[in-house]
Amino acid sequence: MTTMDAATPAPPEPRRPRSRWAWLGRLWRLSTGRFGLIVVAVVALTALVAGFWTPFDPQKVQISNRWAAPGWPNLLGTDGSGRDILSLLMAGARTTVFVAVGAGVIATVIGILLAALGALTARWVRESVAVLVDILIAFPVLLIAMMISAVWGGSLWVVIWAVGIGFGVNIARVTRPELRRVLQSDFVLAGRASGLTPSQNLVRHLLPNVAPVFIVQLSWAMAVAVLAEAGLSYLGFGAPVTEPSWGLLLAELQQFITVHPLSVLWPGLAITLTVLGLNLLGDGLREATDPTLSRSPFATRRARLHIPEVVS
Amino acid sequence: MIRYTLTRFGLLLLGLFVASVLIFTTLRVLPGDIAQLIAGTGSTPEQIAGIRERLGLNQPLPLQYLDWIGGVFRGDLGSSLLTGKSVVSELAEKSEVTVPLGILSLIIAVVISVPLGVLSAMRRGRADGTALSVGAQTLAAVPVVWAGMMLVVVFAVWLGWLPAQGFPRAGWSDPWAAFRALLLPALTIGIVEGAMLLRFVRSATLQAVGQDFVRTAAAKGLTRNSALLRHGLPVVGLSIITVLGLQVAGIIVGAVVIEELFSLPGIGRMLVTDVGARDLPKVQGELLALTGFVLIVGFVVDLVHRILDPRQREAA
Repeated sequence: MTTMDAATPAPPEPRRPRSRWAWLGRLWRLSTGRFGLIVVAVVALTALVAGFWTPFDPQKVQISNRWAAPGWPNLLGTDGSGRDILSLLMAGARTTVFVAVGAGVIATVIGILLAALGALTARWVRESVAVLVDILIAFPVLLIAMMISAVWGGSLWVVIWAVGIGFGVNIARVTRPELRRVLQSDFVLAGRASGLTPSQNLVRHLLPNVAPVFIVQLSWAMAVAVLAEAGLSYLGFGAPVTEPSWGLLLAELQQFITVHPLSVLWPGLAITLTVLGLNLLGDGLREATDPTLSRSPFATRRARLHIPEVVS
Repeated sequence: MIRYTLTRFGLLLLGLFVASVLIFTTLRVLPGDIAQLIAGTGSTPEQIAGIRERLGLNQPLPLQYLDWIGGVFRGDLGSSLLTGKSVVSELAEKSEVTVPLGILSLIIAVVISVPLGVLSAMRRGRADGTALSVGAQTLAAVPVVWAGMMLVVVFAVWLGWLPAQGFPRAGWSDPWAAFRALLLPALTIGIVEGAMLLRFVRSATLQAVGQDFVRTAAAKGLTRNSALLRHGLPVVGLSIITVLGLQVAGIIVGAVVIEELFSLPGIGRMLVTDVGARDLPKVQGELLALTGFVLIVGFVVDLVHRILDPRQREAA
């Protein structure tokens, strides 16, 4: 590359890639964005590490060492059957990341599909899709999850599908007007005039332009997924008892809450921190990708307020 | 207004229809043979045939749906497979716990969030305003179950002021005991829901600060804060009404988890038990009742908002 640059002296061209990633720098400069990025990175890294190493085997029962206080070697203590709580939390992070990513993928697919159907099709189709989305949005994620569990029994996939469907509808609702707005713009018209098919236009012009709105919603969807996993695993409709999960750990420790009240602190803190990180990452992303937002003194005026759903 | 009401009512009916079809198809069509599922693996073909006969599963699906929905119109949500009790009577019985719990939670959420939300907006950029905002942001990330456990640790285990679990057997004939039993659960839902409402109130208040009429009032000699309180708060109140529907849905969902945590004999716990026992006809009735309730609340909220908001009246 350097030799090429030397040969053809500096056309002011390679500015574009920098501006494409400029939002990342803006995100890092925001305190919310930085906190969110760090927390999410730590959780993801923990999940990765837990894949091949945890301080102790998280499922190893050691009755002689039950209810050990936090200290060495059990940094966060042990539970009622002598399992190391830190190892359980690390292993639980894998479940959490799995559910969050899975729900995110499904929410993306459903969201794009519904938004595209609601914005790009014939008038009667898109109006009916819009009404359908308005109706579906009233279904709480937890009720969807329980409906699915009643049929198939509980599993992590139930959580993933329920959150994916629930938030996919949410994403569609927010993305659709954005998609309609971009559809009116000149570059889309130009694309159409130069012979792009509607689907080519969608991939090349429409989706990149609604991506900011989308990725913000996705971050919040993952926060809901983490809460939903915890809540549903707690109720017994999420992770199977053989799987390490923060919600499951809460349910197990709850039985001894009167004797060992502080042990429930750790899984709860882990969930709260992760959800907070994802929520703040979403807030930060919204601010970093929407230049109209941060400059105005009454910034919230233009903000689409994010109210996280209660799911657990 | 009449036209709006009719359109919105049409949307409600459509919503109820879509909800009933979705619930029906998910619970009937997807699992394959529901009778096999209910009877379990060790069942004889005769037993399965019996169940199929009893549930009317031999009929074509649209007919089954019409049969069910016809019953709903007559006030019959079906009955339990296991106990044979009617869903409506069980719902009525359990709502003695869940409805007061929900109302209490909503009151706590509003009482916490409205003053604190307005305060955090008015003190924006200062230490206390920021602290409130950060606190609300954090609380909104707390899982309801865990919030409940922490409250139990503090108020039941350490201080011993309130019962950690359960509901008096005598029910509301001992109002004080019943109220005490509901206080911690309601506080749990109220705090977590209130944290979300607080963020909304804060943002609505900030929005009101930027409105022309508040600026005008301030220009005419009111201080910024008194202009905001006198002219901005009604607007804030209106926008709170719009999220009330969402709040009610949140409280229902919260009640499912919290009733389980506090072993309260309410609708949420019944739903958890029935889903666990795969009592599909009962689950079907309960889910329709709950989603129907959420949809109807949304309808009422929209109408009330329309009536109260002069801007929307003029637009109509």
